[in-house]
Amino acid sequence: MTTTSRWRALTHHHLFWPVAVLVALLLVNVPFTPDFFAIHMTNGHLYGSLVSIVLFGSPLILVAVGMTLVIATGGIDLSVGAVVAITGALTCSYISDQADQGALSSVLLAMGLGLIAAVVCGLWNGFLVARMGIQPIIATLIIMVAGRGVAQLITDGQIITINSEPYKLIGGGYWLTLPFSIFVVAAVVAVTVLLTRRTALGLLVESVGGNAEASRLVGIRSMRIKIMVYVFCAVCAGIAGLMISSNTSAADGNNAGLWIELDAILAVVIGGTSLLGGRFSIGGTVIGALVIQTLTTTIYTIGVPTQTNLVFKAVVVIVVCLLQSPKFRAKVFGARAKTAAPAAPAAVAEPADSAPKMEVS
Amino acid sequence: MSTTTRTPATPGAPERRTTSRSARLLGDRRLPVVVTAGLFLAMYVVGLSRYQNYGFGDSQVFLNLFIDNGYLLVAAVGATFVIMSGGIDLSVGSVIGFTTMLTAWLVQDVGLPLLLVIPISLAVGAFGGFLMGYVIHNFEIQPFIVTLAGLFLFRGLCLVISKESIAIDDSDVSSLAQTRVPLGVGDLSIGAVVALVVLAAAFYILHYTRFGRRVYAIGGNEQSALLMGLPLGGTKIAVYTMSGFCSALAGLLFMLYIQSGDPLHAVGMELDAIAAVVIGGTLLTGGSGYVLGTLFGVLVLGLIKSIIQFEGTLSSWWTKIATGVLLCAFILIQRVMTTRKKN
Repeated sequence: MTTTSRWRALTHHHLFWPVAVLVALLLVNVPFTPDFFAIHMTNGHLYGSLVSIVLFGSPLILVAVGMTLVIATGGIDLSVGAVVAITGALTCSYISDQADQGALSSVLLAMGLGLIAAVVCGLWNGFLVARMGIQPIIATLIIMVAGRGVAQLITDGQIITINSEPYKLIGGGYWLTLPFSIFVVAAVVAVTVLLTRRTALGLLVESVGGNAEASRLVGIRSMRIKIMVYVFCAVCAGIAGLMISSNTSAADGNNAGLWIELDAILAVVIGGTSLLGGRFSIGGTVIGALVIQTLTTTIYTIGVPTQTNLVFKAVVVIVVCLLQSPKFRAKVFGARAKTAAPAAPAAVAEPADSAPKMEVS
Repeated sequence: MSTTTRTPATPGAPERRTTSRSARLLGDRRLPVVVTAGLFLAMYVVGLSRYQNYGFGDSQVFLNLFIDNGYLLVAAVGATFVIMSGGIDLSVGSVIGFTTMLTAWLVQDVGLPLLLVIPISLAVGAFGGFLMGYVIHNFEIQPFIVTLAGLFLFRGLCLVISKESIAIDDSDVSSLAQTRVPLGVGDLSIGAVVALVVLAAAFYILHYTRFGRRVYAIGGNEQSALLMGLPLGGTKIAVYTMSGFCSALAGLLFMLYIQSGDPLHAVGMELDAIAAVVIGGTLLTGGSGYVLGTLFGVLVLGLIKSIIQFEGTLSSWWTKIATGVLLCAFILIQRVMTTRKKN
């Protein structure tokens, strides 16, 4: 293996570009915050920019991991933001009704209730998409519109604040010197990766996304797989809802998880999962979510006015989508490769070298 | 010519002669519009019977539906074109918010006359739509993701103009906002009149021009439309440009209605617009529907809001829940209709 071919193998790895973008974004911070990579110990907790990026990015990673599987089946789930709000609202309102908000059993029961609500939302989405055959965008739009209304109904339109030590742990607490939410995220990601890559489940999901009808004909219960991924996605969103409401010790039916579905879809796209379905990369999604969180953090730290955050995000989406579009690459890079050839006859190997690159990347 | 333009054809779905009356009714493309109109009437009658003593029957209450929802009607008309062509536009709410912000800033802080600001805002909105349509067509990226980027971009540009809301006390704006058009039984605002004009124009374009038929054809089956030699790219880009233009116009009307610019104006209004289009009976897969259905969709959503106001004890979040339930019901009706047609 020559150096160039090894280099090409590296750049053609599906995680290369997401990781490269992440590393570049992290490095941008160094001139502005020289001790950006420093991690120090205070009161037995680890602090540092990297830790807080993972901490604040946790809910997004969770939602994005669930979204990855839905997108892998060729669907999309717009209702995750509303599910975040419903779960948080239900859990917090149950805890706030208890005489002893710190009792572990009632906190666990409350979290169970919240997650059951999430499962119900997921079953409903899955039912509409798989059984009724409604387009995923539209089917999940229903809960997206109505869900926040339901969340406000649960909280009676108020922001419910609670004061519960055990519940505080999941979103704002520390364990083994690290934020507890990192462990939750790690566990969910590990379980997902194990289930999809060590069992046939991932293959089934991809085959349903590739061609649902064909996979049904070869004996895959594509309907059941689809319902399953929507439930999984809703549960991920539910856990993220617990995390968000626990971190702020409050449930806000109107604003909890606002726009998180868009950020999650963005994370999935940056991670290299095609919106058309048929293949997915959990690792890419996690990196994509970290890219978005790092972008937000970077905008804060380098002193760019925070209100340009959304414009930056928009530019990132557009650039990533354009780079993923075969037609765009053919038009822009293909044209350059063609015009470069006659201009530099000495570099005959150059166009030949770049031609297969177009196909693979 | 006139006979072919009159019936917007759905390619690939020829009319079948069915003996059963119910089957024929279910197969009729006009059924969703009729259902929505019937629902509107039923809701209105229920409102009349419940709140007669509170003046629900006043003709002004009915006209207020147009005054309070004129901007939504304009935005939904734009969304109808996009959905009819088989696409989707998620940037509607952001463009509306951005337009209120841009006009407020130009009128209030820069001091340009309103007559100059209006064409600038409309041009910016239309150009935004054009760009999105260009990217969607030329680089074959899904409309969903491109307009999502547009959503971020325009909401971000709002915040770039100002983080605070800008109140407008310009005399031209307030006099225009207060102008009422008397109708005998009540009066309409300028915004409502503009919305009705837009509706009439859209009705004409969609049902009586070549462009309208192209939109139907592309939404019905893009491949067939391409094979028939229809200008796919031009039509698609035009549809998104029109949607951007309608959103900007809706933003102007919203600015007149509320007389301020705020970076958080019209958050999520794209969903209201899409909901209105769906409740109005336009198929989300494209190729079938009527712009008059969209009018009824907007009126139904507006009537839900009025009824909740008249009820007094119900809180505003019931609007969202009711919209969601209606949306669900109409999607299921559409689903049943399309499967019937196939069998």
